[in-house]
Amino acid sequence: MELIPLAKAIAIGVGAIGPGIGVGLIGAKAMEAIGRNPEAAGKVLVPMLIASAFAEAIAIYALVIAFSL
Amino acid sequence: MSNQSIQNNTTALKHESTLYAEPVAHIGAFPVTNALLTSTTAVIVITLLALIIRTGLREVPRGIQNFFEAILEGALSLADQVTNSRKISEKVFPLAFAVFLFVLVNNWLGLLPLGGLGVVAQGEHGAAFIPFLRSGTADINTTVALATMAVLGANLFGIFSIGIWKTFNKYVNLKALGGIFTRVRKEPMVLVVAPVTFFVGLLELIGELAKVASLSFRLFGNIFAGEVLLAAMSAIIPYLLPIPFLFLEIFVGIIQALIFSILTLVYFAIAAQDHEEHEGHRDTAAAHA
Repeated sequence: MELIPLAKAIAIGVGAIGPGIGVGLIGAKAMEAIGRNPEAAGKVLVPMLIASAFAEAIAIYALVIAFSL
Repeated sequence: MSNQSIQNNTTALKHESTLYAEPVAHIGAFPVTNALLTSTTAVIVITLLALIIRTGLREVPRGIQNFFEAILEGALSLADQVTNSRKISEKVFPLAFAVFLFVLVNNWLGLLPLGGLGVVAQGEHGAAFIPFLRSGTADINTTVALATMAVLGANLFGIFSIGIWKTFNKYVNLKALGGIFTRVRKEPMVLVVAPVTFFVGLLELIGELAKVASLSFRLFGNIFAGEVLLAAMSAIIPYLLPIPFLFLEIFVGIIQALIFSILTLVYFAIAAQDHEEHEGHRDTAAAHA
């Protein structure tokens, strides 16, 4: 039985869980912040994008591992 | 029979997204990869743009100069927010912005819908189609080189701004070890604290390597994943389905270039900070609280 495809699937599948939760939390908190203070939307946006890119990068590491397997 | 051979050809000429950049030509024994070709193109594009703006420079900005002045002003104020000091940001900004431009142009060049231009070369699994355009940043060599430059440059900047002894003590904390002998009579706790501080310094040394790894893999992974994503989407519905993802990738290209250059800026700013002074501030702050 060929196990490499399964290994790839597990690598990206499990590796995407944490960043998924992270990006969700970042987005939720940003929405909350904008809801509390709608004028701050512009100020919230850029740090939010940067933070979510950091969280997303972890999923990307998993993706690179999945491709290099 | 001819039909069959054509079919064979089309299946054989499929382009696979490989993790490494593929060579499109050879100069002597030196393989010229498509990522190298694209990053050279990026450098030429940036140089031409700079020359065009330079020759048309005028006191009252107009057209393209206006556009770039607005961008520069915004970027410089962003750098001020990151470094908290105009002096540091004025020193580091040219490098950080150059990195930003290089990464951005590279990211976007890989997105150009010129996938049909390329060569057919003998790959591992028979003949394979190799496109000329592949983002320079979708090659791990480029990103590792950029990240190494950022981290080494930050440490050099630290040496120039706070001195070689202080920078050295950040990693191999001889000062803390020396403190055992000079301060042990006043505060015996230094016997416990100093080795821990020394060990933290060594950890920081490993942290520098981790910085290189995370910087390079973040950029490489994002751009490479974008290329794979676009390829996968155009395999499902050609031309139509990749369009929204193309916009996503344009956006990701900006964001990743921004993150790379902001992190470079942050590393430079941290390296220029005096460690002790920083802790002194924290102590006084704690005392006030």
